Amino acid sequence: MRKTKKMVSLTLSAAMMASMTFGAATTVLAEESEAADGYNLAVCLASEPQSIDPALNSAVDGAIMINHMFEGLVKWVDDGEGNAVTAPGQAESWEKVVNEDGTVTYTFKMRDGIKWSDGKDVTAGDFEYSWKRLANPDTAADYCYMIDMVKGYAEVASGEADPDTLAVKAIDDKTLEVVLSYDCPYFEEIMAFPSTFPVRQDMTEGNEEWTYDVATYIGNGPYKMQEWTHNASITAEKNENYYDYDNLGPDTIKFTLLDDDNAILAAYNSGELDFIESLPTDELPNYLASGELNIVDYIGTYYACFNTEDEIFSDARIRKAFSLVIDRNYITENVSQSGELPATGYVPAGVYDAEGPGSDDFRTVGGDYYSVAEEDYEKNCEEARALLAEAGYPDGKGFPTVEYLYNTNDNHKKIGEALQNMWQEQLGVTVTLNNQDWNVFLENRKEGNYQISRNGWIADYNDPCSFLDMWYTDGGNNDAQYSNPDYDAKIDEAKATSVQEERMKAFHEAEDILMEQDNVLAPIYFYTQKYMMDENIEGMYYTPLGYFFFGYTTQK
Amino acid sequence: MGKYFLKRLGMALLTILLVACVTFLLMNAVPGSPWLSEKTPSETTLAALNAKYGLDQPVPVQLMKYLQNLLHGDFGVSLKMQKNRAVSSIIIEMFPISAKVGALALLWAVLVGVPLGCLAAFKRGKLTDSILRVVCTVGISMPSFVVASALLVVFAGGMATFKFFPTIFDASLGWRSYVLPCFSLGFYPMCYTARQTRSAMLDSLNQEYIKTARAKGLKNKKIIFKHALRNALIPVITYLGPQVAFTLCGGFVVESVFSIPGLGRYMVQSIQNRDYPVIMGTTIFIASFIILMNLVVDILYKVADPRISLTKGGE
Repeated sequence: MRKTKKMVSLTLSAAMMASMTFGAATTVLAEESEAADGYNLAVCLASEPQSIDPALNSAVDGAIMINHMFEGLVKWVDDGEGNAVTAPGQAESWEKVVNEDGTVTYTFKMRDGIKWSDGKDVTAGDFEYSWKRLANPDTAADYCYMIDMVKGYAEVASGEADPDTLAVKAIDDKTLEVVLSYDCPYFEEIMAFPSTFPVRQDMTEGNEEWTYDVATYIGNGPYKMQEWTHNASITAEKNENYYDYDNLGPDTIKFTLLDDDNAILAAYNSGELDFIESLPTDELPNYLASGELNIVDYIGTYYACFNTEDEIFSDARIRKAFSLVIDRNYITENVSQSGELPATGYVPAGVYDAEGPGSDDFRTVGGDYYSVAEEDYEKNCEEARALLAEAGYPDGKGFPTVEYLYNTNDNHKKIGEALQNMWQEQLGVTVTLNNQDWNVFLENRKEGNYQISRNGWIADYNDPCSFLDMWYTDGGNNDAQYSNPDYDAKIDEAKATSVQEERMKAFHEAEDILMEQDNVLAPIYFYTQKYMMDENIEGMYYTPLGYFFFGYTTQK
Repeated sequence: MGKYFLKRLGMALLTILLVACVTFLLMNAVPGSPWLSEKTPSETTLAALNAKYGLDQPVPVQLMKYLQNLLHGDFGVSLKMQKNRAVSSIIIEMFPISAKVGALALLWAVLVGVPLGCLAAFKRGKLTDSILRVVCTVGISMPSFVVASALLVVFAGGMATFKFFPTIFDASLGWRSYVLPCFSLGFYPMCYTARQTRSAMLDSLNQEYIKTARAKGLKNKKIIFKHALRNALIPVITYLGPQVAFTLCGGFVVESVFSIPGLGRYMVQSIQNRDYPVIMGTTIFIASFIILMNLVVDILYKVADPRISLTKGGE
């Protein structure tokens, strides 16, 4: 018996010893993260990217990584105040000629000394190949339409014509010629859009897994991939073949791939991450109040859309009544709580109008469709009740129970509950809430299997077209199932001209139809991007499209 | 014996086939498509995507094609999460991480759980037994995410200034990354094993042959480890068999809390993303593994207790 005791206590003490050893070696953690020279940056944007193939990527996190490892004809640079502005990238300069038939020819001169990360020269031919690959339906790129202004695109994308007929041509290694079917005002931004970045024919052709291997993931950007541990991290190091290598900041940028907001915040607080852009909703107010959480512009709108084919919501008066009683200030101040702006229209603040950057934006020129001033809220509600009465439901009497659909998420739920409460209190109608798994939700919303649905839209390029084009009859993202020939005509009119004043006038008129006359949707707030960054790091810059740039950051 | 194994193998293959078919049909019955996002691609792009990955064909045709490819060892390519990457290489990359964490977790669960169970049996009714009973009851009733989150807060710098372990799993940091996940993953099996061992041990100790052994003056050590424990291990092995498969293929919850790039977490992500080939691949892989482990358990029975006849038991 005694020996048994000894045996057992030995085993147990061994276990305890082991746990003590684990506890003892603790201080090593901090030492490893400090490099001898330069510094290493650890950021978290999101979880595993779906694709970091420039053509196939359609997400913002993927775009940020691609922006660091590739470079287009145009690139984003810091204006000195942390705002990203476009500047010549792989193209040193270009000429633009408007032809007699209305088409436009761009001739690009490539920069000297541009190289791929394996040392080979970047040529105009690489761009020709990449743009044709993007348009080719076999590539099946989500964002192929980003270059739909290039002559011959429609035929290539539909499979009617050979991709070689796309009007992108390398005259020689240093000269690229692109013909656009019309004068696209936001073409410069398109050239800085990740889908249009060059890829290597010898790496991508016949190898669909090229992005997963460091040896084949050859880029032409300031950084190059060093390691990819799937579902854990992607590490990029300085590309010694990049023309501006000497000015680059961190030795490595580690994109940590996480999906749990609590884990992300814990890792940031413990110093394992230098930059994060998502944190649990409950924690937002604290960090916002302490000043640690930064809020920047993000051109996007969060809104509720009505199914215009629904029996109840086919009546524009009811839609308007539902929109008017939304207390946007309450939602941004008490529910979403991360510095969003109460929305006064569909196209958000920050989208350029005819004058371009630096002058009044589209929202300012277009004005507000209703007042979001707190003192006007009661008046809005009065008007809403009158409209509802006019539609046959005085004080909500006889109004059937309707449903608000959202995808399962805390933030969406809280907003849904706030809306439910406002509609009930101000209009006397009963709204039930229904939440669905993301994929199921998307399908139902797209197919129009809903009455009111949560919705949101973030722009791909800074132009009202990105927002208004989608409500065209039978458009792929026309979740409201909206159709109005007058609206379509205005969009056609805007697209037919390249004179900015005329374009913007048509877009404003289109938005008037959408918002003032038809009330297809109820904008709630204009998105903002939030982030937290280690206070010792400076030099990060950002564009309201959601892209952060870390390549020129320095550590104090 | 040989006949028995052939029969078992046949059953195993049939089970895997059934698992594959049922998963395939269920997966397609769930609404949603891998291509949808806040920004839906155009009709032509959707058509091109469906054509490229064969999703434009009727489900039965897709299933037949999938099974055909499976026979050739082709699990297909991921549609979404690691677009165009072979599912087999994803599994080959993710499984070892899960397996390592799982194996370490089970190792400590058994190495600590079995002796603790023995100890509790010996000290039946005493204070040690009561303490162990409380610990084990807590361990069994507390979900692993609670254990994991609590550990994260206490030991990974979430609460105070001290920080023993990293918050994010990083294999390059060595053993420090493994401590918390392995502890949380192994805590439940440890407690369960301890309780199983305790009750089995008590049963054994009351058997006539133990009394005989005592009577003929055998040493305690010999009685416990040669006679009692051997019999007591049977229920433990029964429990551990499938548990090995589950743990090695990734404790989803623990993998999520510690952001471990393992198979369990990836499988759940693939379901959320409707990444059909990944769902199929991981399900078939895990199912096969569980079936295999059950087979191994049967063999271990025989090792632990030579009286068990596999042939009779099987037929």
